[in-house]
Amino acid sequence: MSEATSSKIPVTVLTGYLGAGKTTLLNRILSENHGKKYAVIVNEFGEIGIDNDLIIGADEEVFEMNNGCICCTVRGDLVRIMDGLMKRKGKFDAIIVETTGLADPAPVAQTFFVDEDVQKNARLDAVVTVADAKWLSDRLKDAPEAKNQIAFADVIVLNKTDLVTKGELAEVEARIRAINPYAKLHRTERCSVALADVLDRGAFDLDRILDIEPDFLNADDHDHDHDHHGHDHHHHDHGHGLKHYHDEDMQSLSLKTDKPLDPNLFMPWLQNLVQVEGGKILRSKGILAFHDDDDRYVFQGVHMMLEGNHQRKWKDGEPRQSRLVFIGRELPEELIRTGFESCIVS
Amino acid sequence: MMKEFTPAPDSASIVSVTDRVKPVTLGMGVTSVHFLGPRAAFVGAEENVAFVDAEGEISTVAAHSGGILSTASDGKRLVMGGDDGKVVSLDAKGEVTLLATDPKRRWIDAVALHPDGAYAWSAGKIATVKSGKNEEKSLEVPSTVGGLAFAPKGLRLAIAHYNGATLWFPNMEGSAEFLPWAGSHLGVTFSPDNKFLVTTMHESALHGWRLADNRHMRMTGYPGRVRSMSWSVGGKGLATSGADTVIIWPFASKDGPMGKEPAMLAPLQARVSVVACHPKNDIFAAGYSDGTVLMVRLEDGAEILVRRNGTPPVAALAWNAKGTLLAFADENGDGGLLEL
Repeated sequence: MSEATSSKIPVTVLTGYLGAGKTTLLNRILSENHGKKYAVIVNEFGEIGIDNDLIIGADEEVFEMNNGCICCTVRGDLVRIMDGLMKRKGKFDAIIVETTGLADPAPVAQTFFVDEDVQKNARLDAVVTVADAKWLSDRLKDAPEAKNQIAFADVIVLNKTDLVTKGELAEVEARIRAINPYAKLHRTERCSVALADVLDRGAFDLDRILDIEPDFLNADDHDHDHDHHGHDHHHHDHGHGLKHYHDEDMQSLSLKTDKPLDPNLFMPWLQNLVQVEGGKILRSKGILAFHDDDDRYVFQGVHMMLEGNHQRKWKDGEPRQSRLVFIGRELPEELIRTGFESCIVS
Repeated sequence: MMKEFTPAPDSASIVSVTDRVKPVTLGMGVTSVHFLGPRAAFVGAEENVAFVDAEGEISTVAAHSGGILSTASDGKRLVMGGDDGKVVSLDAKGEVTLLATDPKRRWIDAVALHPDGAYAWSAGKIATVKSGKNEEKSLEVPSTVGGLAFAPKGLRLAIAHYNGATLWFPNMEGSAEFLPWAGSHLGVTFSPDNKFLVTTMHESALHGWRLADNRHMRMTGYPGRVRSMSWSVGGKGLATSGADTVIIWPFASKDGPMGKEPAMLAPLQARVSVVACHPKNDIFAAGYSDGTVLMVRLEDGAEILVRRNGTPPVAALAWNAKGTLLAFADENGDGGLLEL
């Protein structure tokens, strides 16, 4: 997706469980004075009323691709709508797809991976998940959809923070981090978040998979001034005392090595892994240092779909470290670790 | 399955009629072209239809307030559906008539036109037919309609959707018949002899049913999605886009293409984007993703160059009813008229 990225229309996928505040965020995006026009694909007409933008009703029709891969589902309605929208190129700058509260984000994302025509014209920018600070912890227990949406997210807008105590907030954040430590997390009241934090993130741009460190380890993440102390507190505490949860079925797994990987072993291993375990792996990303290769190799995937490319030369003095991240349900950790280690050039 | 092909010889050696083409510059995105009487009607991606006469004179007519999503023609008029929720017709004189408005202003995704004047459109899962003075009849199918086509005989509508197609006699209660086949079906066409139904799929394939016994015909092997289909004279073959050659499936026998291989003509180093068979002779025109337009003889694949490559994909291609005029345009609205 990185080539000719700029000419492709960015698509933001907006998810979130029922009542979390998706429509509030959407209205905020549309009503802000940004001079941009959006095409918005929604499921329910009526709640959004911005004249300037194109509002399109969708049906969330998911179908399986006939390619022998059961988790390879796409949104048929999106294929059709994108086709129609492309007739009006130049009339809008970006597309926002709002999913229903119960939707799995994967078919939306996969539509942008598998459909040739969609891919030619548009690029997935990021999956933004709105979460309700008061109720998310409960939903993570009883609603697999809510968990999927958190696991899949590139950006999490943790909303309604004014309705919870500091302790409850720390609790829900810890639960989110147990599932997805990599998404950018923003604490908000009434979805008050800077547009730059949710739009034009380039989360699926291979050239921007620079940083796959967990979000809360990043020193430059200072999005929420009103709570800066709490945040710093996390930062210092990590490793010695941060409340740590383990989610029973959804985890992330990170792998790291300073030794070079053998591409002839690694590539088939990765392909096979997503073929066999792709149903469990929601998202994957990696920066790789191959043996006898001066270029960084980057990849990302959604379930069984992978895309990757040589990105750029390793810089002088830059540690040639390979890092991989998987987020998924019941990940076979031992199998993945052993497989990965067998790809290291000894 | 298709076989490998040998690329065409150096194009410098090909017979060319490029100097006989009357260039047409429309200055708008174009999605299709149809002849209405003596004039070619180029359908814009948005709002307008541009008529071009034999002299190359252009006159533009406003048809929709938004994107034009679907078009059908019977040679006398166009019926179009738009993202403004409207179904309109445009006749050869340039007169626009509003035929229907979706009450919720949903997109009109597909339209079809019957030789006797009946027309059909779809919005979401609902297909609607209006014939003569009869009232509108609607049918809801299980998922969003991908395409519509009238049978050549009788008032029967084929509706392509997910996991198959539905055949429906709008004037007969309870007549909807479901033809299943897994996958998303987008375009649909009846063979001119009314014996076969063929759909284009979201996957790079066609699917067909022999209507006598609903036997399946899988037509696969395309590198890309098939967006354009055209029946050759008498319905002997179905020419299709989607590959680096024009793929023509044989439909002359009672078994159609079952167990047979398609003909592959006019190979280029570019994807075929649109095909149009000549109405009288065994000739077709093909437009390519690199802007090339060729005329090709079905019998031996002999090619004549109508337009050189080096532009956006050819989006529109059509013959007039007599087969004496060929009109074409690329996605950006640069095209031409060729008189034979």
